[in-house]
Amino acid sequence: MLKTFKKGGVHPAENKLSAHAPIVTAELPKVAIIPMGQHIGAPASPLVQKGDEVKVGQLIAQSSGFVSANIHASVSGKVLKIDNAMDASGFSRQAVHITVDGDEWIDIIDRSPEIVKEIKATPEEIIKKVQEAGIVGLGGATFPSHIKLSVPPGKKAEVLLINGVECEPYLTADHRLMLEKGEEVLIGTKLLMMALGVTKAYVGIENNKPDAIGHLRDIAAAYDGIDIVPLKVKYPQGGEKQLIKAVINREVPSGALPIDVGAVVHNVGTAFAVYEAVQKNKPLFERVVTVTGKSVKNPSNFLVRIGTPTSQLIEAAGGVPEDTGKIVSGGPMMGKALKSLDVPIAKGSSGVLLFQDAEAGRRPVEPCIRCGKCVSVCPMGLEPYLLMTYSDKKMWEEAEHERTMDCIECGSCMYTCPADRPLLDYIRLGKSTVGNIIRTRKQ
Amino acid sequence: MSITVIYTILSLSALGVAAAIILYFVAQKFKVIEDPRIDEVEGMLPGANCGGCGFPGCRGFAEAMVKADDISNLNCPVSDATGMTAIATYLGHTANITEPQVAVVRCNGTCEFRPKVNHYDGAGSCAISAALYSGDTGCSYGCLGEGDCVAVCKFDAMYMDPVTGLPVIIEENCVACGACVKACPKDIIELRNVGKKSRRIFVSCVNKDKGGVAKKSCEVACIGCSKCFNVCPFEAITMANNLAYIDYNKCKLCRKCVEVCPTNAIHEINFPPRKPANVADITGGAKAEEKNA
Repeated sequence: MLKTFKKGGVHPAENKLSAHAPIVTAELPKVAIIPMGQHIGAPASPLVQKGDEVKVGQLIAQSSGFVSANIHASVSGKVLKIDNAMDASGFSRQAVHITVDGDEWIDIIDRSPEIVKEIKATPEEIIKKVQEAGIVGLGGATFPSHIKLSVPPGKKAEVLLINGVECEPYLTADHRLMLEKGEEVLIGTKLLMMALGVTKAYVGIENNKPDAIGHLRDIAAAYDGIDIVPLKVKYPQGGEKQLIKAVINREVPSGALPIDVGAVVHNVGTAFAVYEAVQKNKPLFERVVTVTGKSVKNPSNFLVRIGTPTSQLIEAAGGVPEDTGKIVSGGPMMGKALKSLDVPIAKGSSGVLLFQDAEAGRRPVEPCIRCGKCVSVCPMGLEPYLLMTYSDKKMWEEAEHERTMDCIECGSCMYTCPADRPLLDYIRLGKSTVGNIIRTRKQ
Repeated sequence: MSITVIYTILSLSALGVAAAIILYFVAQKFKVIEDPRIDEVEGMLPGANCGGCGFPGCRGFAEAMVKADDISNLNCPVSDATGMTAIATYLGHTANITEPQVAVVRCNGTCEFRPKVNHYDGAGSCAISAALYSGDTGCSYGCLGEGDCVAVCKFDAMYMDPVTGLPVIIEENCVACGACVKACPKDIIELRNVGKKSRRIFVSCVNKDKGGVAKKSCEVACIGCSKCFNVCPFEAITMANNLAYIDYNKCKLCRKCVEVCPTNAIHEINFPPRKPANVADITGGAKAEEKNA
């Protein structure tokens, strides 16, 4: 029987429409808008000024705290302005606007197509390069990767998990990456293993991608200590804690981190970015983005420079269909509706999903019928109906006691609710309020 | 009567007497001496339990009043001057009479002035909408229209106007408890002095964007042009972050700022209509008057 996590989970229609579309390099934008807050933590502080000439790969903004990441120019040209711009978060925040002129890369980047297999870097050098290259978790959480690689004293990493689950319906960016850049992903995995000092790595892939499993298995034979683990298709298997439970059957306790059970999880996209940063000296300035939807003419996977406007990608995939009701950045379960199509692609943008009008809108909210479906699907073992009520009634102590902070915001509860209640909306409100209360208490 | 019954009565009576003696001494030992004035003061308070004073309910406030040596920073917004004076006199203090206040909504971004650029279909709460994104219009500062302020108002002093999509304050009912001010995630609602004859002038906008950006998203936004700042003879207006703010303590209600505002972002309330010659200039003000009438 295939491995999977035990508690809860749902199985939405997969709709992997773009699974057979090879990765196409997207055209360069005319003006790239590079947001300064593309990661969790403090936004980067710009190093360039209006009028500066920049090259592809040049550092344009520096990490501004412990949890923060560098940002590099994804295009060459002149800095048009440093001004606020709407990004995928739904808020207008600081961004560097660059008028594109040609495509001139900085010299140290190795642009040759050869795969560099030989690893020369030491673990410290790998972590340093990952940090310098501004690599963040490319699965969508955008947590700066170098922090996850620096194991805190007193704790020990035993195993590395590479997340090739891609449990979100529609998205195929990681799937195509594993098929087309399998070798590089595994070299990246090897680099991550070295950095962490572990000898064992597992690549977890859901069973709906048999071609990727087969392909990586063939390559992995040449790599010691890397196993490919096929997993049963179940959402949210791509969640860190769910993946750890599924692959190595360890449970991360409430409030703890994966490292507390000896595990470190990185996405396949991150592994690829680590390969490029360490072996090719290439900072993170482009990523694979799926553009898809039932009415989209050509659901595609693009290799996109950070800062390319979403509208340009949609044009390249055949334009906005007439029956579009909502455009989402990310997958259908955890993605966020875009406020405008000028929103640029950022490090965390895994996909652009165009929902048809009929499937987009929320249905009217009905009273809770106490069916308990939300409780049975919650992968964290929480009681979403109760957490929603606590948030609604502003009963923050009770919400904290019922572990509202453990919620991973996967949306399974809302997906399954027969009364269409906005469970996650309220739980998120509770999480942010309770989080503030906890922070205040600690001070 | 059998002997059993007599014994029963006697033994129960003895038990009762013993228990009464114990209870008497326990009651003496653990007696809680509460200042009787707390009850009196609580009786003088309106009993709205709105929390506008910052204490949990009227009893909490009464306790604080009785215990405090200096009551100058204690104020019940619901009580009028007479009520507060009565309490202060009873407690042997001089009353600290604050100007009566009323809530004002500093956003005039109606559906007409501030067109929607997308459709929000999430949970019906401003707090949730504000945490999710910058709102369904181009303006990321303005009213979200989900009515969190109306939901917390205990005095029926607010309602959502279905035409404008904005909350409206019913002045007669508003006690300035500040619940709506706290509930608004966009800090649009402000408590301002009621003013002479209930006349008030305020900037009905909190948009901090640059003028062009603000104007593009909302026709009646404050664009930070400083015209009002320059015309004000009393230095009541301050400019910060592309936004004008009128200090209600300094404002002498001359209405010069209202006349010069190019976007009608400054509202005048409860003023008599102007002479016909000026009617064209004051559409913004006139609209506000209708709304608050």
